[in-house]
Amino acid sequence: MSSIPADLKYTKSHEWVRQVQNGAVEIGITDHAQSALGDLVFVEVPDVGRTLGIGEACAVVESVKAASDVYSPLGGNVTASNAALASQPELLNQDPYGAGWLFRLQTSGGSADAAPLMSAAAYASFLADETK
Amino acid sequence: MAFIPHTPDDVARMLEVIGVPSIEALFDEIPSGLRAAALILPPPMSEMEVGRLLTERAALDGRPVNFIGAGAYEHHIPAPVWAIATRGEFYSAYTPYQAEASQGTLQLIYEYQSMMCALTGMEVSNASLYDGASALAEGCLMAVRANRGSTSRRILLPRAVNPTYAQVARAIAGNQDISFEYVDFDRSAGRTLRAALQPYSGQDFTALIVQQPNFFGSFEEVDALTDWAHENRLLVIAVVNPTSLALLKPPGQWGAAPDGRHGADIVCGEGQPLGVPLASGGPYFGFMATRMQYVRQMPGRIVGRTVDVEGRPGFSLTLQAREQHIRRSKATSNICTNQGLLVTAATIYMSLLGARGLEAVAQACMQRTADLIAALSGIAGVKRAFSAAHFHEAVLLLDRPVAPLLAALARRGILGGLDLGERYPELGHALLVCATETKLQVDIDSYAAALADVMNASRAAA
Repeated sequence: MSSIPADLKYTKSHEWVRQVQNGAVEIGITDHAQSALGDLVFVEVPDVGRTLGIGEACAVVESVKAASDVYSPLGGNVTASNAALASQPELLNQDPYGAGWLFRLQTSGGSADAAPLMSAAAYASFLADETK
Repeated sequence: MAFIPHTPDDVARMLEVIGVPSIEALFDEIPSGLRAAALILPPPMSEMEVGRLLTERAALDGRPVNFIGAGAYEHHIPAPVWAIATRGEFYSAYTPYQAEASQGTLQLIYEYQSMMCALTGMEVSNASLYDGASALAEGCLMAVRANRGSTSRRILLPRAVNPTYAQVARAIAGNQDISFEYVDFDRSAGRTLRAALQPYSGQDFTALIVQQPNFFGSFEEVDALTDWAHENRLLVIAVVNPTSLALLKPPGQWGAAPDGRHGADIVCGEGQPLGVPLASGGPYFGFMATRMQYVRQMPGRIVGRTVDVEGRPGFSLTLQAREQHIRRSKATSNICTNQGLLVTAATIYMSLLGARGLEAVAQACMQRTADLIAALSGIAGVKRAFSAAHFHEAVLLLDRPVAPLLAALARRGILGGLDLGERYPELGHALLVCATETKLQVDIDSYAAALADVMNASRAAA
């Protein structure tokens, strides 16, 4: 059973969103996603300053068997990206909700709560349905 | 024996499952005008008849003495090259499937990659591409992915780059929303000047293509061009002749910027000079190398050396995760393969010659071409077009149309060079000639005598 912290919001494409402060969010991929990908060998994060639209492919996570896009759950400007992943992609496997974060966004549309994101409970039941 | 194991019944059942009425319907999206009509073929021939027909056709070519280069070069190929390359263990034209079961093939590709890195001065090489022209097109696509500081998708393309390569790059990359800006060459030197790039300073361009030696055989001032590109945040895509690299500064060391940013960023070219016969234009192979920092933007396959669970050395395909069988439409490139057989020949060729052997070939080519240019430009009405130093090709200017002279030379068994009139009309009656190590003094003398002769004949007729 994969870990799904209660204080985060989730997408159907397995990204998580953490509200940092008003309008500022941190984004990564879920424990389920990292586990499905397997050992990551490369992570490509968006450049700071880039403007992202909702659902825009903005990062790539690559394991020995697949390379998958990460889609931005919200629109906004990239204010930081996790440079440590360039040399230590395994951080994402080890700590997907912490040291394995991908990028931070200053959202254009106010609070993350307003976006059509899932709660932890909703994501858990979505996962349960998907893996049935 | 039937090569297609599906019975009509199997086919009908498969079509039913996917909900398509007929196999034909699978191709609906191809406009009818682009589909091949019924193939009208002559009746089949026996092996003996085919052998006879092809022998007759081949004899029509005669055995002309060839002074044409322009991207494909006639070199001596030591007999062991193809004797080894055509052994059953190697004789596959294609990339290995079930790759790790083919350790010998993988090791050969690994050695090839290592040799190409040594030759180009770059950190990583792929397992080869289709040919030099498509390698440049892939290099352009790669530059757009790799240069994250640029959003323009515009590439500077000197007119002194092989025009066929330019055409292929535009056909492939141009249809992916990448545009090209032509940069003229200096009429007297026959090379691209840094001053010609100056108007583009401060604008957003993705990359500059630098061919060394350029299509005219001239040496470009690669350091100055590379530095300009890096100062203006462009990547440098080098197009190089592998034989010449035995003598020249490798593209990995181009440039002398004080900030320490040296070297081309992407290096590509045509591998044919390394042991592949001219063969009417193909099959050849393209090569590509880059810096480690861009390895994930590079198309094609890469073989890596590793160890198995018991610690024994072995080879495996690596960095496949971005290829089309996994990434589908988001693949780095549609190129998932390599020119296996030709790379085998090239690797054996380089192994047999070694660094010193390749250098001797390059020196002989330069010398023969210098001799050829000296002999031909001594003829009345023939002079050198450009002042820049050259490798194994150079442009001559003639005092009358080139095509009739080439036709007259061909009747005497001499392929006298490439008429540049069509591609570079502004040069006038220009002829691109090449002499590799395969041309002896006697060949050069007989070419010069024949040219003087046909020019006299055409003068008398005029």
